[in-house]
Amino acid sequence: MLYREAGQFKTTYAADQQIFPIRQDRIAVIALLAVAFVGVPLFASEYWFSAILIPFLIFALAALGLNVLTGYAGQLSLGSAAFMAVGAYAAYNFQLRIEGIPIMLSFILAGLTAAGVGVLFGLPSLRIKGFYLAVATLAAQFFIVWCLTKFPWLSNNSSSGVISTQKLIVFGYELDRPVEKYLLVLSIVVLMAFAAKNMVRSSTGRAWMAVRDMDVAASVIGIRLMPTKLLAFAVSSFYCGVAGAMYAFCYLGSVEPDGFSLDMSFKILFMIIIGGVGSIMGSFLGAAFILLLPIFLDIALPYCADLFGLPFSSATVSHIQILVFGGLIMFFLIVEPHGLARLWQIAKEKLRLWPFPH
Amino acid sequence: MNFFLEVLIGGLLSGVMYALVALGFVMIYKASGVFNFAQGAMVYLAALSVVGCLEKGAPLWLAIILAFVIMTLFGIATEKFVLRKLVNQPPIALFMATIGLAFFIEGLAPMIFGSEPRALELGIVDEPIPWILDNWNMVISKFDLVAAGVAAVLVATLALFFQYTRVGRALRAVADDHQAALSIGIPLQHIWAIVWGVAGFVALVAGMMWGARNGVQFALTFTALKALPVLILGGFTSVPGAIVGGLIIGASEKLAEIYIPPVMQDLFGGNFGGIEGWFPYVLALLFLLVRPEGLFGERHIDRV
Amino acid sequence: MIKRFKSAIAAVAVSLAMLSQLAVAAEEQFFPLIDYRVGPYGSNGQAFYGGFIDYLNYVNLKEKGVNGVLMTYEECETEYNNAKGVECYERLKGKAAKSAGPLHTMSTGISYALVDKSAQDKLPLAMMGYGRTDAVDGSVFPYAFPLVTTYQMQASAIVKFIKDKSGGSLAGKKIVYLYHDSAYGKEAIVALNAEAGLNKFEMVQIPVAHPGNEQGAQWLRIRQEKPDYVIFWGWGVMNQTALKAAQKVGFPRDRMIGSWWTGSEEDVVPAGEAAKGYMAATWNVAGKQVPVIADIEKVVYGAGKGNLQDTSKIGTVLYNRGVSAAVLSVEAIRKGQEKYGKGKALTGEQTRWALENLNITDARLKALGATDLLPEIKTSCANHEGSGKVKIQQWDGAKWVPVSGWIEGNKSLVHPLFQASAKQYALEKGITPRDCSKEK
Repeated sequence: MLYREAGQFKTTYAADQQIFPIRQDRIAVIALLAVAFVGVPLFASEYWFSAILIPFLIFALAALGLNVLTGYAGQLSLGSAAFMAVGAYAAYNFQLRIEGIPIMLSFILAGLTAAGVGVLFGLPSLRIKGFYLAVATLAAQFFIVWCLTKFPWLSNNSSSGVISTQKLIVFGYELDRPVEKYLLVLSIVVLMAFAAKNMVRSSTGRAWMAVRDMDVAASVIGIRLMPTKLLAFAVSSFYCGVAGAMYAFCYLGSVEPDGFSLDMSFKILFMIIIGGVGSIMGSFLGAAFILLLPIFLDIALPYCADLFGLPFSSATVSHIQILVFGGLIMFFLIVEPHGLARLWQIAKEKLRLWPFPH
Repeated sequence: MNFFLEVLIGGLLSGVMYALVALGFVMIYKASGVFNFAQGAMVYLAALSVVGCLEKGAPLWLAIILAFVIMTLFGIATEKFVLRKLVNQPPIALFMATIGLAFFIEGLAPMIFGSEPRALELGIVDEPIPWILDNWNMVISKFDLVAAGVAAVLVATLALFFQYTRVGRALRAVADDHQAALSIGIPLQHIWAIVWGVAGFVALVAGMMWGARNGVQFALTFTALKALPVLILGGFTSVPGAIVGGLIIGASEKLAEIYIPPVMQDLFGGNFGGIEGWFPYVLALLFLLVRPEGLFGERHIDRV
Repeated sequence: MIKRFKSAIAAVAVSLAMLSQLAVAAEEQFFPLIDYRVGPYGSNGQAFYGGFIDYLNYVNLKEKGVNGVLMTYEECETEYNNAKGVECYERLKGKAAKSAGPLHTMSTGISYALVDKSAQDKLPLAMMGYGRTDAVDGSVFPYAFPLVTTYQMQASAIVKFIKDKSGGSLAGKKIVYLYHDSAYGKEAIVALNAEAGLNKFEMVQIPVAHPGNEQGAQWLRIRQEKPDYVIFWGWGVMNQTALKAAQKVGFPRDRMIGSWWTGSEEDVVPAGEAAKGYMAATWNVAGKQVPVIADIEKVVYGAGKGNLQDTSKIGTVLYNRGVSAAVLSVEAIRKGQEKYGKGKALTGEQTRWALENLNITDARLKALGATDLLPEIKTSCANHEGSGKVKIQQWDGAKWVPVSGWIEGNKSLVHPLFQASAKQYALEKGITPRDCSKEK
């Protein structure tokens, strides 16, 4: 009833091609942004900012980056965390070595550095495909982390390899309260998400999807494989790099190379698969699911155990958490292998017809 | 020279240990096209079941049989409750499901059998063979030789099983072409259940070897990380590939760990050891650039 | 029927009594526990935090808390993962705002991530034997406490032990440092380099890539190098693998000396026979002969309030270490109450003061029944470490046996390293160090 596009006429090409062609979608997005920028800062507690919202946005951005590569261009990668590490260490070094460089600029440079490294490790994708490529990207994962550990110059000769990030100063104003950091992260993520949304609708995005669906066919119709695939790697790594820089500067404040482990790469991969491969929105849904589920289980399980008087020890509760986490992943895949974004799509289709389905 | 040989042989023998884990991956990938990330967790589960049964007072042979039963039941359950429901889904969804499975096992196994690290004594001491040590001044471990023997027997058994049994032939048929196998009346789902059972058996062997070597503990799940480069090098679908790949990876990573860091130290200064983490992957990557389907993998031909 | 009625009345009466007691004893000292019980290091966490929680309950049961203030806690599982640790910290922080004991994370990575945050929130971060070691300099790190001893002091103490064993001189000897290639393993290198220069021994560094379940190459190299001793800094599976690999190349285990995270039952039992004779540093002895450990088993487990499911862990190295961490924390609470009012719970800020003014003597440890669980500790603004002493223990195949008295690292060599590093940190972060002479 509410979600109906009848009566919305497109009279110009511009109107037909806008990002959200349906008026209700536009209103929803604007409302969501208003809540995120105004509503949340007014009501959320500090715990929500520093423990949930900031990591959620950062991981959503990283997932977005991986989704460009895996979901749109079809190149499976298990090295996202390493590209985040590149971003984090690059941003740290730009801040350290260049006097007075604005933090935004060093984030962008960090993204570009990560993009460069991404292209380097994307080169094999021209010959290697599928799971072979996935395992090959593990080379990036381990090699990059090793390099960060081994070249002390990169961590400013810190004896442990750990870096502590510099202060966040944006336009002369120091951001140290969680809500300020949240707003910074939110602005960057929103901006980059819109950019991504536009990119995948452009000819570049269509070329990626053609390569994903079948690269031989794509090259037959005149898409040059090398630039297309490498661009996907570059864009994806750029997103991961910026996410990594924010992970260090806005979230943890101090990172070590080993923190960007294979586990983290997998986590990002989970996000896009649970959220929806090849969907911008899916990256956000997936990040929320993967980050919130363990926290929810952590809080809910001991409570349930108390409620039913089950004699669980702390260790057992922790084990059950992991078990349930794994079980839920399998369950979700069985119920909806195309991810949460698909569920959303189905809901939307239903809404269009509601309340008179045929 | 002597030292070089010692490192080389040591590397080849550790390569055998990697190959043991890689074999499990190959079994499942070959028959069902699933890249089973849970293989490492299955190794952990298998070793824990053995130790768990031993602790309950079972003798070793009984513990092994019980663990085998557990692994088989587990394999069948996995096939029935997870994979069967995901038939015809994209490979990435199946891959993801096996990661979920890995988490499931990592939570379940220690809950049942306890999580503290334990020793698993198989009665083979991991000590240098004195005779070789005295005559050639080389360290060759008895245990490693036994592991190599076990691997050889395992591969031979698997080969015979594939070649000469009815089930084995059906397995090969399924691996070649699911549709064709179905159409001539091979019960696909039974075959998959059997494959998961066999993969469980391979995991049991690998788990006992690794468990006896480093103790039975959570870190057994990491053995999968050592098996992945072996897989890409050898090819996902080839049993001999897993063995040869394991030997190449084992030997080259040991040699690299000994000989490359000093060179880098001369170039850059600083300590560059610990390259074992990435070296096998980079090696496999470089190799793939030459042969994208691995050593013995099936050549993939694209048709539009 | 009447019997049942009676017991029901009794139950009601008891619960009423408990309610009223709760209403009276409202003062509670809260301990935020950022712990881990699953994952690769889960079994270590189970023993450590089991001991910690058992001691808190012991204090509650035995003496009704500290001057009537009951010890309470809440746990949060981190799986040894930094991001999860931060989430846990943020979750528990709200509760800790009212009253907070020292925070123990038992993870170097997590404590690094919390150093700045905890200072901002005024919550004291205890890092007993791990974490940011230059926080020894309390003028730059008011809220971080690498208590008891640090990696660098430990390395120096181990060198001293070896020196004593080799007749007072290390000149011309060769020592291999085999370490986990991470922040944890690399911390000790500066101290060892300094010691090597001072004592004129040759040091060979051999890193092991994470997770360290394969060390064939490293040990073949050690065999080739023929060192006099191997100093060993492992964690998790790396420990058992190293012991097995040492056996494989025939390196004598009684010339292998590990850090305190390589010397627990969890590390040597899985290695079986290969571990016999192996030595490791520790600041707490193992075993139930320590009076307080035996008493915990009687009082806490007797009352059915034990935290451990598997009681065989009581008296292990890590369990006792958890108890030692709790003893230290509770002593800090006592100290703080002397200043800020007996019978009142301490805020994080007050606990911080207490941690900085600890003075636990041997007599006090004896009174607590905790002799040899901790060395004597006296902290100050300039010295957040407080001791720097370790013991060396040896695995005899069934239990850990102490083989040395307290050994103190070379403070004049190591502490300047901390100060230099803290100074650089202060510079990078724009922190103005406190003037320690003005603190009291």
